[in-house]
Amino acid sequence: MSKNFTVHLKYWRQNGPTAKGYFEERTLDTVNEHMSFLEMLDVLNEELQLEGKDPVEFDYDCREGICGSCNLVINGQAHGPKKGTACCQLHMRNYKHGDKITIEPPRAAAFPVIKDLVVDRSAFDRIIEAGGYVSVKTGSAQEANARPIEKETSDIAFDYATCIGCGACVAACPNASASLFTGAKIAHLSQLPQGQVEQSRRVVAMVDQMTEEGFGDCSNYGECEAVCPKEISISAIAEMRKDYVKAVFS
Amino acid sequence: MKLESKVPEGPLEHKWESHKKNMKLVAPNNRRKYEVIFVGTGLAGGAGAASLAEMGYNVKAFCIQDSARRAHSIAAQGGINAAKNYPNDGDSIYRLFYDTIKGGDYRSREANVYRLAEVSNNIIDQAVAQGVPFAREYSGLLANRSFGGAQVSRTFYARGQTGQQLLLGAYQSMMRQVEEGNIEYFPRHEMLDVVIIDGVARGIITRDLVTGEIKRHEADAVVLASGGYGNVFYLSTNAKNSNVTAAWRAHRKGALFANPCFVQVHPTCIPVSGDYQSKLTLMSESLRNDGRVWVPRKKGDDRHPNDIPEEERYYYLEERYPSFGNLVPRDVASRNAKLVCDEGLGVGETGLAVYLDFRDAIKRDGEDTIRAKYGNLFDMYENIAGENPYKRPMRIFPAVHYTMGGLWVDYNLMTNIPGLFAAGEANFSDHGANRLGASALMQGLSDGYFVLPATIGNYLADVKPGTRYGTDHEAFDEAAKKAQDDIDKLLSIKGKRTIIDFHRSLGKIVWDKIGIQRSKEGLESAIKEIQALREEFWKDVYVPGEKNNYNKYLEFAFRVADFFELAELMAKDALDREESCGCHLREEYQTEEGEALRNDKEFSYVSAWEFKRVNGQLETELHKEPLEFEFVELKQRSYK
Ligand SMILES: Cc1cc2nc3c(=O)[nH]c(=O)nc-3n(C[C@H](O)[C@H](O)[C@H](O)COP(=O)(O)OP(=O)(O)OC[C@H]3O[C@@H](n4cnc5c(N)ncnc54)[C@H](O)[C@@H]3O)c2cc1C
Ligand code: SF4
Ligand code: FES
Repeated sequence: MSKNFTVHLKYWRQNGPTAKGYFEERTLDTVNEHMSFLEMLDVLNEELQLEGKDPVEFDYDCREGICGSCNLVINGQAHGPKKGTACCQLHMRNYKHGDKITIEPPRAAAFPVIKDLVVDRSAFDRIIEAGGYVSVKTGSAQEANARPIEKETSDIAFDYATCIGCGACVAACPNASASLFTGAKIAHLSQLPQGQVEQSRRVVAMVDQMTEEGFGDCSNYGECEAVCPKEISISAIAEMRKDYVKAVFS
Repeated sequence: MKLESKVPEGPLEHKWESHKKNMKLVAPNNRRKYEVIFVGTGLAGGAGAASLAEMGYNVKAFCIQDSARRAHSIAAQGGINAAKNYPNDGDSIYRLFYDTIKGGDYRSREANVYRLAEVSNNIIDQAVAQGVPFAREYSGLLANRSFGGAQVSRTFYARGQTGQQLLLGAYQSMMRQVEEGNIEYFPRHEMLDVVIIDGVARGIITRDLVTGEIKRHEADAVVLASGGYGNVFYLSTNAKNSNVTAAWRAHRKGALFANPCFVQVHPTCIPVSGDYQSKLTLMSESLRNDGRVWVPRKKGDDRHPNDIPEEERYYYLEERYPSFGNLVPRDVASRNAKLVCDEGLGVGETGLAVYLDFRDAIKRDGEDTIRAKYGNLFDMYENIAGENPYKRPMRIFPAVHYTMGGLWVDYNLMTNIPGLFAAGEANFSDHGANRLGASALMQGLSDGYFVLPATIGNYLADVKPGTRYGTDHEAFDEAAKKAQDDIDKLLSIKGKRTIIDFHRSLGKIVWDKIGIQRSKEGLESAIKEIQALREEFWKDVYVPGEKNNYNKYLEFAFRVADFFELAELMAKDALDREESCGCHLREEYQTEEGEALRNDKEFSYVSAWEFKRVNGQLETELHKEPLEFEFVELKQRSYK
């Protein structure tokens, strides 16, 4: 059997949106290289509960890197050290005996803490609500193959469409901008003929909503692209800007 | 109780059309006056909520996750079937229907399955119109692939993320309706009970998962689209929040639960590595097209797999099933993997794995070709298992993946409680004893986009608009009090064992005895063990934290409590079914060669269980809906 090793954890505790937060520290010596990062936290929580203490809350669901629920900031990096990997897919073999690991929630004014490492990302829902869709009622669609779409175009649309809505881009951005998330949806839909009809209305509505939610502006730091678990290209933001300018000034 | 399937009269291919013609309608200006609740916003619930809201109904949509976009449907990889016949390879609605009913080993309703095949094409149209970026050919037209052993290419896909793209399509349509004020949206809310007044579903009780507040919601119809119950096994490919609570609480209120023992196990998952394991990761079964499955012939052979010579390798699928070899259906592949491991031939640290070896494929086609086909899967494997599958065979093991059983519904997707509907994986309707690959997404979206919008209208047409009892009605009081009492009880136990510890123990019983292979003896002992463990749970579980705050472990606690009761029902159902069919293999009912032996004469029925009470043991009554096959001829499966 693979041997267990020890890590020193420092994690954020906050008992509610208005409570004062603080770091708690604990050493965990039953870590195994095959564990995922979140399984390591499960083990921590089992230990805490057996001592009658409250577990640390963190968000997750699929644990396969696709639902976008998990969003820990690990040693200052959204989703941790592995490129193109959500933290639920990060494995403890990326750490070694004696490592110090600091775990924080993604910090942004638009993402208030709910408890410990869990934050409220409903702002993302409201950005989609503002226009991140094609207005097609059920039953009113035409035959799927009636309109061919170039394979290359469709592939580009797909790349943007893979955003999992985790919010790492916001956490990593010095301005806490949601531009990569918003741009990804706009760029996905604007590639496709189905999405182009509403493009002007969409881009204005979504960008305005983003500002209203308290996300910052984009100053091209590029941190968002670096942490994005789906490696969404920052060109999404350029597409969004271009469409915005076109919509507002034409 | 008489179970009425409400299947319309007439020839198979006209049933749905003529039913739609005959159904009652609600006038557009009256739709505003009706409230419809959706519990769950996965493919089924998201599609249904959006569609009903577009029609003008007032919809309330609830989900556990912080956004509807995160429902478990998001994880589906492989694709979605439809009978478009774009490749011109002889597919048709009838063939999709036939494959589905045969794949389900003749334990589903003909009429439901036919309708599913019939609307499958509209789903693809709808998704494309929403901007779902399905794979395309260089011609710009949609691409198809063959999937799960089908003889035609009818699967539409968006790389390995088909579920994600389809769910985002439904989610976006739903958010449009939120914006328009037709949907009131409740993420991070969990349904804890259905409220029934004079025998009719009239609302639900929820817990706000952030504040802990118990809330009451009144409605004219309630749809449960709450997904499957695979997590009763603790380890499964399901998302961590997947659960049976919504369906089970409805069951406790009188809704019948059908075929609970029909559970699909997927053969190609990454094996368990230790006790801390929290879920299992599926790898596409397309890998079996090129990988060869084997174990060492010698017990305890711990040589590096590449050092084991050809004659000492047991390619058990190829030997036992010469014509299908590594491509036998999911259940056959899973069962054989378990059998060889039971014989002590399993590999890896735990002995619970078999090899899936690409050595010969790489030799034949070159590493680049294999990389082009499976690169992302190989990367995923390496990331999780820490081994390079180009150099060393993968280790795989079966894992629980999908539950065919669920709430009993009639042709209109209504449970036996008027006003209470069930859709998607939460109902039992279309897959019989075994589901074919790429047809769960199809069913969820068919239910949500096309079936419910018609049948709910038909139901509401007979409900007086504006009927309101008020959420202070005694039925709401009672249900809300029960929900709160259960939570208080769990929090007050303050025992010594954690929830996960209990769940893991329950899962082990269910996996060992109600899993891939079942026997009378095993099932009877499972029932006793489940009862004993349940009793211990209610005495010794430790539930941390407070009720009025975000508390994930408290959520798990009541979901596990419900899994205990469901597990017992699964065992009873498996005991009752003295035959082997689809994924249900009873050791006593096999051919001499060890193949499943169906018994159409005695067991061609849907088992629909009625809840009575839990008093040390689960007390239930079985109702049977006979299955009649007017249009297809029943055949035994054979993969030899
Ligand atoms: C790894 C994996 C891969 C798969 N691949 C494929 C594939 O390629 N093709 C295919 O056809 N099928 C596939 N499936 C199966 C398919 O994904 C599911 O069967 C389907 O998505 C289920 O959809 P649903 O809408 O019924 O439920 P879900 O998507 O599970 O949604 C359930 C919803 O109910 C909510 N909910 C549950 N309980 C409550 C409650 N008490 N209160 C409030 N809300 C509640 C949840 O929050 C969620 O919104 C796959 C499954 C897995 C696990
Ligand atoms: S753009 Fe990337 S980092 Fe941002 S929400 Fe989407 S997936 Fe997450
Ligand atoms: S838990 Fe789903 S992406 Fe990490």
